Amino acid sequence: MSQIGSFALLLALALSAYSFLAGWLALARAGPGSERLGETARRAGIAVFGIVFLAAVVLVVAAFQDDFSIAYIFHHSNRDLPIAYKFAVLWSGQEGSLLFWSLLLATYGVVLRLRHKTDARLFAYASVIIAAVQVFFLLLLNFAAHPFAVMTGELPPDGNGLNPLLQYPEMVIHPPMLYLGYVGFTIPFAFALGALIMRYPGEKWIHITRRWTMVTWGFLTCGIFLGMHWAYSVLGWGGYWGWDPVESASFMPWLTGTAFLHSVMMQEKRGMLKVWNMWLIFITFGLCIFGTFLTRSGVVSSVHAFAQSSIGTWFMVFLALIAATCILFYVLNHSHLRSEHRLESIVSRESSFLFNNLLFVMFCFTVLWGTLFPILSEWVQGTKVTVGPPFFNKVAIPVALLLLLLTAVGPLLAWRKTSTESIKRNFMWPAIGALAVGVLMMIFGVRPWVDVSYFYALMSAMLAVLVALTVVMEFVRGARVISGHTRQNLLASMVHLWHRNTRRYGGYIVHFGVAVVIIGFLGSAFNRDQEKEMGFGDKMQIGRYTLVCQSYTQDDNPNYQSEWAVINVFNGDRKVTTLYPERRFYHASQQTQTMPQIYPTVKDDLFLVKDLYLVYEGINQDTGRPIIKAHLNPMVPWIWFGWLLMVFGTITALVPNAVPVRMAVPARVHVEPVGAD
Amino acid sequence: MRLRHRTLRRAAQLLLLCCALFIFLGAGDENARFNDLGHRMMCVCGCNQILLECNHVGCQYSDHMRGELMAALDRGDNDDLILQNFVQKYGTVVIAAPTTTGFNRVAWIMPYLALALGLTTVVLVVRTWRNRPLVPPADAVAPVSGAELERFREEARKDTET
Repeated sequence: MSQIGSFALLLALALSAYSFLAGWLALARAGPGSERLGETARRAGIAVFGIVFLAAVVLVVAAFQDDFSIAYIFHHSNRDLPIAYKFAVLWSGQEGSLLFWSLLLATYGVVLRLRHKTDARLFAYASVIIAAVQVFFLLLLNFAAHPFAVMTGELPPDGNGLNPLLQYPEMVIHPPMLYLGYVGFTIPFAFALGALIMRYPGEKWIHITRRWTMVTWGFLTCGIFLGMHWAYSVLGWGGYWGWDPVESASFMPWLTGTAFLHSVMMQEKRGMLKVWNMWLIFITFGLCIFGTFLTRSGVVSSVHAFAQSSIGTWFMVFLALIAATCILFYVLNHSHLRSEHRLESIVSRESSFLFNNLLFVMFCFTVLWGTLFPILSEWVQGTKVTVGPPFFNKVAIPVALLLLLLTAVGPLLAWRKTSTESIKRNFMWPAIGALAVGVLMMIFGVRPWVDVSYFYALMSAMLAVLVALTVVMEFVRGARVISGHTRQNLLASMVHLWHRNTRRYGGYIVHFGVAVVIIGFLGSAFNRDQEKEMGFGDKMQIGRYTLVCQSYTQDDNPNYQSEWAVINVFNGDRKVTTLYPERRFYHASQQTQTMPQIYPTVKDDLFLVKDLYLVYEGINQDTGRPIIKAHLNPMVPWIWFGWLLMVFGTITALVPNAVPVRMAVPARVHVEPVGAD
Repeated sequence: MRLRHRTLRRAAQLLLLCCALFIFLGAGDENARFNDLGHRMMCVCGCNQILLECNHVGCQYSDHMRGELMAALDRGDNDDLILQNFVQKYGTVVIAAPTTTGFNRVAWIMPYLALALGLTTVVLVVRTWRNRPLVPPADAVAPVSGAELERFREEARKDTET
């Protein structure tokens, strides 16, 4: 089994190297035969997918067959592991997850190579760059982190088992989503670098890149939110985001990717920010590789990180190569990236995009700075310091609030110039709504001068309402115009409106989703918790809920031994639910894991919904009674609802417009460019 | 006149008393201090979590550290002294955010400095672009005018604006 996998990885490396070299040669020398050579390179790239897929299948089959002669299977699986998690074995360890990286890259690559007729030369360049990235990962797999390394000596009867933290349904989805996001940014990077190398004329490459970026961005968003939900549901600390270095590693390319999705419009509509867009996508890809390096090198301590290993050096070298390549081709070809228009007014869509990009990049820099400062401190002072949530909350939240303000203001500014009248007309009602929410919150006890977290909560709520209302007003205004022409009702007119420009209105839905997520975040300022040892019939009060311990017991199965409590939840005299917070001890890995129970109080408070979150902390050895910790976390369900809206908005933005855009295309003239942006 | 003066003095005294009460009420709220200090420190077991949020099963550190914090509050130690004692015992990594002394100040200054520099750059870029002469670019479309230009702008606005 391991020999098939090892051979497949070697063959994939050879084919990738061929795809890279032959593809490069075909592009470099334009002569007879170069087209056929290029075609062989393209087909070799496609074949890589089949071979890497075979290697991945071999690893999964080995997990199903409990083949503990393969060291990776021994370390990450065991005989009694449930079937669904045998699939998760593929990405649960260092070597397997790198193989999964390679498989996803090959999958993206095959889609790109099959669509090569869109623009044969640009796609050929992109294909060569993807092959180069693939060569790096296959080198790693073959020589630094081999997933098919075999055990020496006597074969063990059972494996060490999968990390208990990973034995949760979401872990079957979260890593693939996150990896699809990380890996997916290779495609826009490949197009951008390809376009720079070949001095691609026009903006077509940016149209192609934008769609790939949106898909990738959607996956990364899903990966991040699924990770948050997993952390919330499994880690048992009652929170969903802890500014852990690995969380930050996934958040940084998301920030720069979001900036790119906005600034790319400047290039499409106005021929501006060409250099900036190029570098933004280079940086985003670099951050994806850097995030992978952070997770795997052991340079930062994290609850999510893989074991410390030597592959950090490989990643550093690869990052240096990427940087050198990008700088080299930029220096050679930057004259090609000339801006076509000037800025006409400071109050315009263009300047809002500039500030939006500045804030996204600064946000990213802040996160990067906080993540790396412990290492810097160790170098400079010889002592390591912690840069935890208090730092990020103080430094990043103000930037996030400014971004939220721009999210409300930006979409309603016109291209080129916006008149004062237009600003008044567009913002008056949303601003009044936001102020009203602020006043209401203060009346109900949110005093911003009492605590800085209340100040942030108030500002977030007002800005989120401002964003939501501006989006709603945009939809309503457009739908009224359509309704006036077609006599459709308002809802049908909104659908019609969205069909006319899916990208614009899909984007607005994403903004609305962001506003809903922010409302969910601000609830954390009002979190409460209680901890109590609970015997039979003991009660604990948290908020309006009374928790009564009905019983506590334990069980054993081949995979784990568990202890849990049966807690009845009352709202006044009415029993609302029964929760079973649990603690498990996994036999194979000899590790303990809490399984919190969550009850969203949707029936009791639809809008001010809370999560009642119970954790089985353990047993008091003296009394034999369980210790239960209860959290009451307001508004958390809004986060997951907002995320679904963001995903829905992204999907709707990808749908082609119902009516094809017909544009007047006047004749082109040749004049000298006016300078780089 | 004298009566008015006395009334004013009493009002000032009352105000002072209220302020003092408010301050001492805050100082005496041990739960709030425990919560605040517990969120300014990390658990040192390696879980990378805030001290009061560590629920690491069987954690050898967090329970003990919470006990030490409570004992320090009971002794009447002030916040600085408590944090200093924890740093001496567990090292600088126990504090959840860099301090505002020495090299650690750089951690706080740099993000704001970068933001200021970024803002300055954007303002300069905007000014430069506004002053740039409006010359048709290399791949630009030929100038159109009148009704055709208006139609083009209107279509572009309606159909491609996002």
